[in-house]
Order: sequence, then C-alpha cells, then structure tokens
Amino acid sequence: MSDLLTDGGKQLLLGNEAIVRGLFEAGVGFASTYPGTPSSEIGNLLEKLSGEAGMYFEFSDNEKLAMEVSAAAASAGVRSFVFMKHVGLNVAADPMMTLAYSGVKAGMLILTADDPSAHSSQNEQDNRYYSHLSLLPMVEPSTPMGAKAMVPEAYRISEELGLPVIFRTTTRVNHARAPVEFGQRAEPVTKGHFDRDFVRFVNIPANARINRKRLLQLNEKAKEMSEKSPLNFVEGEGSVGVITSGVAYTYVKEAMSNVSILKLSFTNPLPERKIAEFMKGKERIIVVEELDPFLEDAVLRIAGQNMLDVPVYGKRSGHLPYAWEYFPDTLSALSELADVKEFREPMPQPDVKLPARPPTLCAGCPHRGIFAATKRAVGKRDVVYCSDIGCYTLGGSPPFNEADFIICMGGGAGAAGGFAQATDQLPIAFMGDSTFFHSGVNPLINALFNNHKIVMVVLDNRTTAMTGHQPNPGTGREFGGVTTQALDIESIARGVGAKFVKQVDPYDIKAATEVMREAIEYDGVAVVITKQACPLELKKRRMLEAKVCEVDQALCVQCFTCLKTVACPALVKTDGAVRTDPTQCIGCGMCANVCPKKAIGVRK
Amino acid sequence: MKYTVQIVGVGGQGVLLASNVLGTAAMNAGHRLMMSEVHGMAQRGGSVLSTVRFGDEVYSPLEAEGGADLIMGFEPAETVRSLHLGNGSTSILMNLDPVLPSMVAAGFEEYPDVDLLVESVRKINSKLVTIDATKLAIEAGKAVAANAVMIGAVAAMRDFPLSKEQLRDALVAQVPEKFRELNLKAFELGFHAIQD
Repeated sequence: MSDLLTDGGKQLLLGNEAIVRGLFEAGVGFASTYPGTPSSEIGNLLEKLSGEAGMYFEFSDNEKLAMEVSAAAASAGVRSFVFMKHVGLNVAADPMMTLAYSGVKAGMLILTADDPSAHSSQNEQDNRYYSHLSLLPMVEPSTPMGAKAMVPEAYRISEELGLPVIFRTTTRVNHARAPVEFGQRAEPVTKGHFDRDFVRFVNIPANARINRKRLLQLNEKAKEMSEKSPLNFVEGEGSVGVITSGVAYTYVKEAMSNVSILKLSFTNPLPERKIAEFMKGKERIIVVEELDPFLEDAVLRIAGQNMLDVPVYGKRSGHLPYAWEYFPDTLSALSELADVKEFREPMPQPDVKLPARPPTLCAGCPHRGIFAATKRAVGKRDVVYCSDIGCYTLGGSPPFNEADFIICMGGGAGAAGGFAQATDQLPIAFMGDSTFFHSGVNPLINALFNNHKIVMVVLDNRTTAMTGHQPNPGTGREFGGVTTQALDIESIARGVGAKFVKQVDPYDIKAATEVMREAIEYDGVAVVITKQACPLELKKRRMLEAKVCEVDQALCVQCFTCLKTVACPALVKTDGAVRTDPTQCIGCGMCANVCPKKAIGVRK
Repeated sequence: MKYTVQIVGVGGQGVLLASNVLGTAAMNAGHRLMMSEVHGMAQRGGSVLSTVRFGDEVYSPLEAEGGADLIMGFEPAETVRSLHLGNGSTSILMNLDPVLPSMVAAGFEEYPDVDLLVESVRKINSKLVTIDATKLAIEAGKAVAANAVMIGAVAAMRDFPLSKEQLRDALVAQVPEKFRELNLKAFELGFHAIQD
C-alpha cells in the first residue's frame, strides 16, 4: 500500500499517485477537478489525503468551474492545480484562453490527461495543440518518476513567467506504475490576497489588446527558458537523430540503438535553437510521438527556417501512424531508417471461437431496470436514444441497444432537442446524476425555452460511478472538513419550469414502465428521475444489504423473460434452466419483478 | 536481463493485486521496473491486462506483441485470447476456472470446452502449465484467494527470476492483516501444485 504523506524512501506508484506526491512536494495549496479517466485517481486520492496534507481540494461541478476556481486561487497567490481528462479541457477551454491573457500570481498547473487509443474516452484528440492556441507553456512527462519530478519544476516555470502551465499526460503515464523516490513535503500556502490590477485581470477589449501583447512577450521569455531547460536534453550518439517526447521516449530507448536522442519535455515553446543545432550534420531525423505530428511539423518548420538540408521522417513521411497509442514494436516501421531491434514472432491465434467479453453493466445495476422499462414503454415507436458519458453508455449493448447518439457530456439531451425539431422521431435522452449537474440543466432549459418535445431520463445512482465513485452536487460533499447538503434533482427540474417531473425506483421495472409510458405520451418536456444507489458504491461503503434472488424451478416455465428483459450477469442459464449465481446476485429483485409466473423470490 | 509478465483476466479477479505483488517483489529485489494497468470502463466485467516488466534495460511500461516471457492467465478464454502477447517459448500459467461472460451466462453465446482450450494452447506452446486456482483457493479457505494461489504458482514456474521468498514477502505486504493467513495458505498451495 502506498503512503503518499511520508517523506523519503522509495515506493511503487501509479503515475497519478506520483503526481499527487509531486503536489505535496511542491506545496500546492488548492486543487480542483471534474473526474475523468485517465486522471480520476488523482481526485480520489486528494479526496482522502488533501485534509491531512493541509491543502484545499474540490470536485467542481464541471471542468470549466474547476478551471475558474483554480484560476482565482492562483491569481490570489495560492499555488493551484486543476486537472481533467482531455475532453474536459474542451469544457474548460473558455476560461483558459483568457486566463492566459491575465496570467497568475502564484504557480498554476493545468493537467490534461490525453487518452491515445481512447481506452475510456469518446475520442483521442491531441491536446498539445491547446498550448499553441492559448500560448501557454507546456510540459510532458514520460514516466511516473518523471511526472513527480516535473510537478515542482513546472511550478517554477509557471511562477517565473506568471502564466499557467499545461501539464500534459497520456494514459500510459497516468496508469503506468514504477518505483518513485520521495523527497520532502513542502508546507502549502492555502490563503492569499487578490490585489486589483484593472488592466491585467479585466479583459475588456482595451485591456485584452494590451494583454495579448504581454502574452506574446512572455512567450519570447518562455522560448529562452525552454532553450536552457534541463527538461530538454540530448543523449546517445549517432548519425541518425531521433526527436521524441512523452511515453514514446521509453519505446525509443528500448527499441532503437545507435541513434542520438533529443528528448523534449518542455514542448511549448520548443527550444528551436537546440533543435536546429541537433539536426545539423545528421544524416536524417526521425520524430517519434503519439497522435498528431505536433513536434514533427515544428521540426520541419525549424529545418526550413534554418535552411537545414536534413530529411525528416515520421508521420508525414508515412512511416508512423497517427491513430492509436504506440507500442515498442510500432517502431518496427522505422527499420529501413535506423537500427530497430527485432521483435519476436507472436503466437498464432488458435482456431477456437472465443466468447466476446465487452464491459457490461454490473449485476444488479439499477440502469438495467430503466433500460428494460424504456424498451417496454417504447414498443414499436420510432425513437432516437440520445445517451451520454457514464456507465449508461453500456446500455448501447444487447439486449437493450439503447444508445444511438453519443458525443459529449450533456450532449445527448442537447441533441435530443435538435432531433425533436428536425425529425418526427421521439428523442429519449439518458444522463447520470453527475452529468445532470455537469451540463444537463442547460439542455433541459433549452428544451423548455424552445418547446422541444423530449423525454429526459436522469439515472440517479447517487454517485459519479464510471470514474470510480466521486461525490457530486446530488450527493453533497463530506471530506476535507467541508460538509454540504445534497441538491435535489427533482426540485431543480421543477425550479427551471419543467411541469412533467416523475421519480421512480428503477428496480420496480413495472412501475418504471408505466412512468416511461406517461412521459412518452406527455405533450411537452418530460423529466423522469430514476433513483437507486450504485451497488458497487454501496459495497465499497459496506452498506449493501445481504440479499439474494432465487428461482423456484417448480414454478419456472423457462420463458426466459428475466434473461431477455434484465439480462443480469447473475442470471445463469444451464441445461435449459435459469438459476441465479449467488456470488454475483445482490438480490435487487429486478428479475423477480418481471417474472410472469412469480417464480423468483428475494431472500435475506 | 529483461523480463515481462503479461497478466490477463477479467475485471474483479484480482489482476491488479497480483501485478502489484509481482512489481513490489521486483522493486525490492533491486530491479528497474515499469508496469502498466487497465483502469476505468474496461473493469466493468471486461477483459483486463496488466503488464509487469523488470530488468536492467527496462524503460517502457508496454511490451511488444510476442514479447512476454510469462503469460499469467487468470481465466482460460482470456489466456487463449492473449496468446499473441507471447511467442513459442513464452511460459504460460493458465487457471482452468472459467468466468462466464454475461452473454454466455444468459445463454446467447457458448463458452468453449476448457479441455479444448488447453489443447489448442499446448499445440503451439510446450511450456503451458495449468492450475485449478479457484479450487485450491477454496481449499485454503476462500475463493477470493485465487490470486494468491496464482502468485504462489508463479513462484514455482521454471526460469521465473524472482524467488519464492521475494514473492511471499511482497504478498504479505499487500494484503490486509486479517487475510494474511488465508493468502499465505493459498500461496503455498499454488506453489506446491506447480512444483510437485
């Protein structure tokens, strides 16, 4: 078990744990986030440890708010840290773009956790471009130990420039695990004072024009810092030069030999003189980076501006892929250009048909109930299932098939309004409780304002489940010495003007079907709230009541309604009979609820 | 020296704990070490993979296809699904107890015969070792100790570069005090199942 609060020694840490330790060693006083994989563990750790570490931490309502509260803290002289997944930065981009104009007084890091291969994301956008867009400096670690060491270094950069610094990671840094040496914790400063500076902090047009120039000047200073930074260094010798950053550096180290490597970790602004110097006299240059040719295009430009006649290889030359994360053997594509090690021939796939094992809604997941009920209530109607970001995206799988359109947080309900207007289909939007608070209230207001006939279903499982059970405004907070009341979704929906608002227990599929029928028939915006706690969360808190469902084989007529309707993993069909698996079953009673012969009972 | 273990199984089987134990043992033995884990959505009953790599020239958290020295399979179908991670001379430890995917449990898909799975691996790899980890865990006291059985079994695998003591000490450090005895018993049962 790692102990992130002790000083000294060496521990085996997840990249995200290493980053948290880095915050403690940098004396960070304020942190904020909206949870998103692959950055989620940072928040779960701070929820537990921030109090003892003497820092303030909050789960903000969404990424934009997380950016704003951390921006305020750093503007008032408190070192702050805001972190989110890559798509979260899209939500937070608005405040970030102008915050760059104002800058900060104490150091501020903006961590964006990118997800090449979209392991748990809806896209694999390359957020390094945000550093160009915002003109903010950027650093990128390659490993957990590098990430920990880079946190204090990035704060120094931030404070020397008076600008927030983008701290860009990828899944294979956040979710890598490696030994990390601990230093000393620094005492965090948690209170500052905001000193008025009308030109700098009030970005009305007249001031924005001035601040834009100031930001460009700071970028000139940042360029010089990047040239001298120990984060950018050359190692190894050879006539072939490799320029690399992030986790791709580790693949270069293992798979390539007889090359000179320019490792870049301060990647905006780039050390242009250092890069030009590195290229001079090389037979060829290879740029190895995941996702888009961010470095490669800069290297090509730098070669052009310095009139260097060195060929540059990478993605633009067709050697390396743009899509999906790299592996060490991705570099096999470079074997005609450099010494790349030979990889072993993988074993062939035997000719056996293996069953698919996609992620699935858990046994007793209340989402199963509302998906089953909705299917029954919809019948043969032409509907568009607008889903969202959370566990309920898994409702897109059989037997439910209730996800037709997913783009972003809150995007399902927003798009539902468009489908209502632009088609004669009925849009049904699903979103979780955390999503409702993140960006689900605005779509509801928009539907009411523009009279879009939508059904909005809020699947309230009393937690932010998918990312590892973080609290949200619907649960209230109770950590770090702050206790707040839960906000009530039904009151909010009524408060903004929704007339049809019904709450139902999704375990009672019959009742939920009735409510969904009414919602579908209702002429106007209908809001249905299903309330039932996530069983995984209850298990974690040791609050799950010990119950189990049992099938009475004498009454069962093998109609398999339970399997077809609820499809719970705890229902097992063997030799033509349905049984429950007591190791998985939580006794929620959904299968009993739909059994036409009352053959299933719940036993305590 | 460079050694890669690919640990495959199903979310909830304790793959993460096992990789932590192997990693801790490697770190304590003074090796360079890099690991990679699957978190997030895949854990909801899906296939999971953890990579543990240690040795002097280890930098990368991921291993190339075909590069595994040992595949530690917590589940038979997942072991077969992951064979491409290793090559003909990779050691394979395969738990024989299936975890049925939900579509199989519901009767919509079939789970292949476990003997057939074992045979299909044996045809292309002579170093396959099988174990009934869940049965041994129940013998030790509780089915959840199957991962300790698997770790004990790894300790007995030929050519595995860490010692039995190193693995056992790392296991003891990772599990809560009250489950220590259970895990140690499971570890020993796993070790002897392979060694004898």
